[in-house]
Amino acid sequence: MTQDRSEMSEDDDDQQSSPLDLPSTAIASSSTPNKSRNCISSSVTLKSQTFPDHVLENVLENVLQFLDSRCDRNAASLVCKSWWRVEALTRSEVFIGNCYALSPARLTQRFKRVRSLVLKGKPRFADFNLMPPDWGANFAPWVSTMAKAYPWLEKVDLKRMFVTDDDLALLADSFPGFKELILVCCEGFGTSGIAIVTNKCRKLKVLDLIESEVTDDEVDWISCFPEDVTCLESLAFDCVEAPINFKALEGLVARSPFLKKLRLNRFVSLVELHRLLLGAPQLTSLGTGSFSHDEEPRSEQEPDYAAAFRACKSVVCLSGFRELMPEYLPAIFPVCANLTSLNFSYANISPDMFKPIILNCHKLQVFWALDSICDEGLQAVAATCKELRELRIFPFDPREDSEGPVSELGLQAISEGCRKLESILYFCQRMTNAAVIAMSENCPELTVFRLCIMGRHRPDHVTGKPMDEGFGAIVKNCKKLTRLAVSGLLTDQAFRYMGEYGKLVRTLSVAFAGDSDMALRHVLEGCPRLQKLEIRDSPFGDVALRSGMHRYYNMRFVWMSACSLSKGCCKDIARVMPNLVVEVIGSDDDDDNRDYVETLYMYRSLDGPRNDAPKFVTIL
Amino acid sequence: MIGSVELNLKETELCLGLPGGDTVAPVTGNKRGFSETVDLKLNLNNEPENKEGSTTHDVVTFDSKEKSSCPKDPAKPPSKAQVVGWPPVRSYRKNVMVSCQKSSGGPEAAAFVKVSMDGAPYLRKVDLRMYKSYDELSNALSNMFSSFTMGKHGGEEGMIDFMNERKLMDLVNSWDYVPSYEDKDGDWMLVGDVPWPMFVDTCKRLRLMKGSDAIGLAPRAMEKCKSRA
Repeated sequence: MTQDRSEMSEDDDDQQSSPLDLPSTAIASSSTPNKSRNCISSSVTLKSQTFPDHVLENVLENVLQFLDSRCDRNAASLVCKSWWRVEALTRSEVFIGNCYALSPARLTQRFKRVRSLVLKGKPRFADFNLMPPDWGANFAPWVSTMAKAYPWLEKVDLKRMFVTDDDLALLADSFPGFKELILVCCEGFGTSGIAIVTNKCRKLKVLDLIESEVTDDEVDWISCFPEDVTCLESLAFDCVEAPINFKALEGLVARSPFLKKLRLNRFVSLVELHRLLLGAPQLTSLGTGSFSHDEEPRSEQEPDYAAAFRACKSVVCLSGFRELMPEYLPAIFPVCANLTSLNFSYANISPDMFKPIILNCHKLQVFWALDSICDEGLQAVAATCKELRELRIFPFDPREDSEGPVSELGLQAISEGCRKLESILYFCQRMTNAAVIAMSENCPELTVFRLCIMGRHRPDHVTGKPMDEGFGAIVKNCKKLTRLAVSGLLTDQAFRYMGEYGKLVRTLSVAFAGDSDMALRHVLEGCPRLQKLEIRDSPFGDVALRSGMHRYYNMRFVWMSACSLSKGCCKDIARVMPNLVVEVIGSDDDDDNRDYVETLYMYRSLDGPRNDAPKFVTIL
Repeated sequence: MIGSVELNLKETELCLGLPGGDTVAPVTGNKRGFSETVDLKLNLNNEPENKEGSTTHDVVTFDSKEKSSCPKDPAKPPSKAQVVGWPPVRSYRKNVMVSCQKSSGGPEAAAFVKVSMDGAPYLRKVDLRMYKSYDELSNALSNMFSSFTMGKHGGEEGMIDFMNERKLMDLVNSWDYVPSYEDKDGDWMLVGDVPWPMFVDTCKRLRLMKGSDAIGLAPRAMEKCKSRA
């Protein structure tokens, strides 16, 4: 189940990662006083006796192999130099949350036996056009370094990276045992690069292209898979905006006996889907493609779609519906009762279409949809989906002044019906403090609360008051909260609450909020676990920025755009904190406001500033 | 707050279009910039009750109830420019929604209309966009009201065969129920005259009239049939 959640996740945040990401373990031992210093001195004594040392290292190696969680591994590596060394030898999966926090060389120098790499590039706000393209996050230096150091590499999982066809070609050539390629929100490559991977990676089990921009090079990449039986377990190409060779796909599915997850793009019609389903009843996760057809089929010839779905007894995760023809939606009835994950977020479904479907989905744990289902649809979800863990409601009309079909009513209903809720992303036009407070009280398991009231600075639409109390209740009552995104009219009081109660918050997104520097200070001084801070269009200035200097080495990044920062202050901080890379990103003609900082993006780095910064980036 | 004074005048202007027309420059980091946009945005989006919570007390709030029923008037200035990257929906998703709309025939909301049948104790509602033709609608209606229909054609073939001219001529006087609809102008029309998509757009209400009441509509139907034959 967790596997399905992360594969569907648009913006998954690893819930279990600790503040001690890869770079900090090295920084911690050099710059902050802690236990590891003491341990290093004791391990020197240990070194003088070689026999016990060998035994110890062997034992350690065997034991540490069982440690999977990187939290635990980071902690183990801090015990002493011996443990650091053994841990580095036994770590096979490396997670790098910011590709510029260290150089590829440092990775390969420390970890010698890496089989799997998870690498994240651009900051999240780049998704919303707040950063010019060509900023960086190139995969090229990583793949070329790893090609020499890790010929046994099996898995690469990239998020918001710039990947070229050449990079993919190098990957396919360098790693003969390559098994899993996952590209989330990436760009820079096309179907020709994919074709090279499908052709050369004979052991490929997973090819997941998720929400990435893939250029159509008019290459039939599906036909490039080798002719014999494949190892494919997961193939996701719903984001590929290019027609595919259906016959080749059908053949591929037929010779992929291990295929469990198949996510089609919108160029696969209902009729074609039907044929695929008949040939692959073992699927557990299905992306249905367009769920429509071009020509009007005559009714006698129309296939029995419901029967095909009925045959798929194992499907627990359903998505797609990219060009949904609603009259065919009832075909999915047979699988509804088994579904744990349902993604309707690309389908404009009205409440009347939606309700008959959802009333069958008793096991649903993850549900994504457009707000076209309205409060009424959400009430139906609340009535039926008692096991719901994650809810995401996206706006069909993502403009600030659009009509909002969902409101506090939907949120209230969900809070009352879905008590096990852990994660929510909710776009709306109107909200009340009362509903948010209700959710904070009804859903104690919440770890992720992201509310986007689309009209900026919009208060509680019933009382007219700011949304301070609502968000305050969330940080106060949801004791497990690690991620928070706020919106609506917010004063400094909301941030006071965050600083006072948000002790576990790791990720905070702020937009158009707060009154003064005090707001940001509350957060920087009060939230010890804060890792990722992204702020836009809020009145926070130099005083606030300076107040967080004790934290920046323990954070992954800070993003502040359209705030009130001056270049002078940023320079000061850069000077005082040499391991912090302070990037100021401005428009090309920036001469008018020389001292004004349009966008600040700063992050810790072990290897100093990057050498691939474009000219609109100034590294202070 | 000079900006908001200008806005007041615009707001009190009578118009058919949606409120707006003030272009907001994308927030490029002007220190004063975002407070000006606060005025504009609050003003245009708030329900009247929000006045007290608004930080711009001197702004006249527009009657937002008007807004939802106003059709988009192309002669009016375009709706205000959106701020860059707000609301925070990924451009990937935005692009997909655009192409999804194109392919599935547009983002029109469901076209629910009330359906009344003379003599039936309650009304029903149908979403006209669920159907592709008069036939489908006819079937749906006959299913809905099957307990009430009597007479020769209440049975297996549905209530009324709209497009069958022979039947129209034969049955116009002996119909139990005649399907009629109220169009945008408030006139009651006989169902079946116009192409289906036009019907969906113009129909506001459906009424299944007793045959005897429909005599006034019948001559029109006869005319139509004659012109077709």
